[in-house]
Amino acid sequence: MLRQIDGSFAVAEAVALCRPEVVSCYPITPQTHIVEHLGELVKDGHLKGCEFINTESEFGAMSLCIGSSSAGARTYTATASQGLLFMMEAVYNASGMGLPIVMTLGNRAIGAPINIWNDQTDAMSARDAGWIQLFVESNQEAVDVHIQAFKLAEALSLPVMVCMDGFILTHSYTRIDMPTQEQVDSFLPPFVARQKLDPADPVSMGAMVGPEAFTEVRYLAHYKQLEALELIPKLAAEYDAIVGRDSGGLLKSHYEGDAETVVVTMGSVIGTMKEVLTPMRAEGTSIGAITVRSFRPFPKDEVYEALKNAKRVIVFEKALAVGLGGILSSNIRWALRGTATPVYSVIGGLGGRPITRPSLRTLFEKGVKDQLEETHFLDLNLDVVKRQIDREREQTGSGPAAENILRDIGALRAAKTA
Amino acid sequence: MFQIRIHGRGGQGVVSASEMMSVAAFHNGRYSMSFPSFGSERMGAPVMAFVRIDDKEIELREPVLDPDLLIIQDPTLFHAIDVFSGLKDTGYVLINSRKTAEELGILDAVKHLPAGHVVSVPATDLALKHIKRPTPNTVLLGAATAMHSDLFEMASVEKAIMEIFPGKVGEMNVNAAKAAHDVIAASRQAH
Repeated sequence: MLRQIDGSFAVAEAVALCRPEVVSCYPITPQTHIVEHLGELVKDGHLKGCEFINTESEFGAMSLCIGSSSAGARTYTATASQGLLFMMEAVYNASGMGLPIVMTLGNRAIGAPINIWNDQTDAMSARDAGWIQLFVESNQEAVDVHIQAFKLAEALSLPVMVCMDGFILTHSYTRIDMPTQEQVDSFLPPFVARQKLDPADPVSMGAMVGPEAFTEVRYLAHYKQLEALELIPKLAAEYDAIVGRDSGGLLKSHYEGDAETVVVTMGSVIGTMKEVLTPMRAEGTSIGAITVRSFRPFPKDEVYEALKNAKRVIVFEKALAVGLGGILSSNIRWALRGTATPVYSVIGGLGGRPITRPSLRTLFEKGVKDQLEETHFLDLNLDVVKRQIDREREQTGSGPAAENILRDIGALRAAKTA
Repeated sequence: MFQIRIHGRGGQGVVSASEMMSVAAFHNGRYSMSFPSFGSERMGAPVMAFVRIDDKEIELREPVLDPDLLIIQDPTLFHAIDVFSGLKDTGYVLINSRKTAEELGILDAVKHLPAGHVVSVPATDLALKHIKRPTPNTVLLGAATAMHSDLFEMASVEKAIMEIFPGKVGEMNVNAAKAAHDVIAASRQAH
């Protein structure tokens, strides 16, 4: 059924169609509306057989998920940014124990400085936590991939994190084709746990494992993620056959055929990019784009296939590994190891800075002429940074950098007079 | 593609207005997308929200930089920020005010626009009358519907308002929107 709803509402409705048995909730912008709406659906009786539990913190929220999933219940929660950091110990435990929890991450920057806006630094902080990480490009895809996520998680007994750009997706109203309960039921069978706490048949979960077997248990986790490389496209095809839409999978090529320059990114920014790339292609520029939809596991062979004929690759990412540069781009370079293809790393959209068509156009025009630095920062105001560096050089007690920079660009005065 | 930027202050329902517009356009069979400017909104702070309407799926996610229609929910913003930034030469401006553009001192910013493209409507007055609260958003939505009947119909707007504000509150907002619609529609017919 077609509806005009916001991304959070749509995800909550999609999760409800998956018949979760436990939803744990702790609010943090920009995902709060998702769990709020699930709470409403439980309370008004639309979502039956589900325990909705408010917890005292994100650490509590994920710990509760570990408990309920261990007891064999289909389990869901959502978080973002600092919330993910606060639950991180339990995040590792969930994957280490092989519990098929599904969690939405409403992608948001991480402070300090405090910033509630979108980027993907939070997801990157959990990239090695053993969770499957799927990135979605639109609210329709968020709906479809959440439904696939439950089946994927339960087939592998591994947790899945569905990463959707905070605000840009969670807070935008768009047209959504919501699958029916019958369609979801035909795709997603009831949850049968691979491991379950049962007083009648006691097992020990989360056992202590010493040097004699730790490597083997960790290798098994790696092996299961590599299995996911086969299962993710299979489930996407199976689901898409039911609803008649393209969603999920390992990666998506947005234009037919090879291009000399290929842009690689993750998440919703591809929408704006296509508004720039399509006209450039029409003008004769050989430029294409792929999006990585499964970041963990990382589909290195598929990435290689998609990029092997490119003359250059521009990786655009909304996260920064301070002291290194790009994170996605480092993974792309790994996929392209042994080739001489230059991989430019572009960091943009940090802390919610708008990514505009004019900026992308300039970026791509430089890129196709190999005029980008190895690590390029989109729309960086380097003068502001240089003035702060000067202040720090001239004065030992130069004060907090964030406040100095806000004063420098006039933001403090503007906030007082508006 | 038709692009709308709504300016107001926290508490005036700027974001709700954008949501209702997108829902109304949907009910008229269009594709639409609305989203807020994502600030940490607080009462009284300048707030923006955006709407795009098209006949095909919308994938562009940048803020509306070159609007076809500007809606100004609070005229004190003329002195605080450059609300006219990027407004197209063929664009429209809808202002919540009893005053004309000349009386508001913004004639220089809008004089290049075609005649009839700058419309003032006393939306706060109409809101107080019909909703008993100074929230001008649905009144301006009604006025925008009269200005752009090709994008929305009043029936779709009513449906959108009732979806976002079910019950009595929705009904009062529908009445307010209708009142503004009728005022603007009548004045446009008179011209």
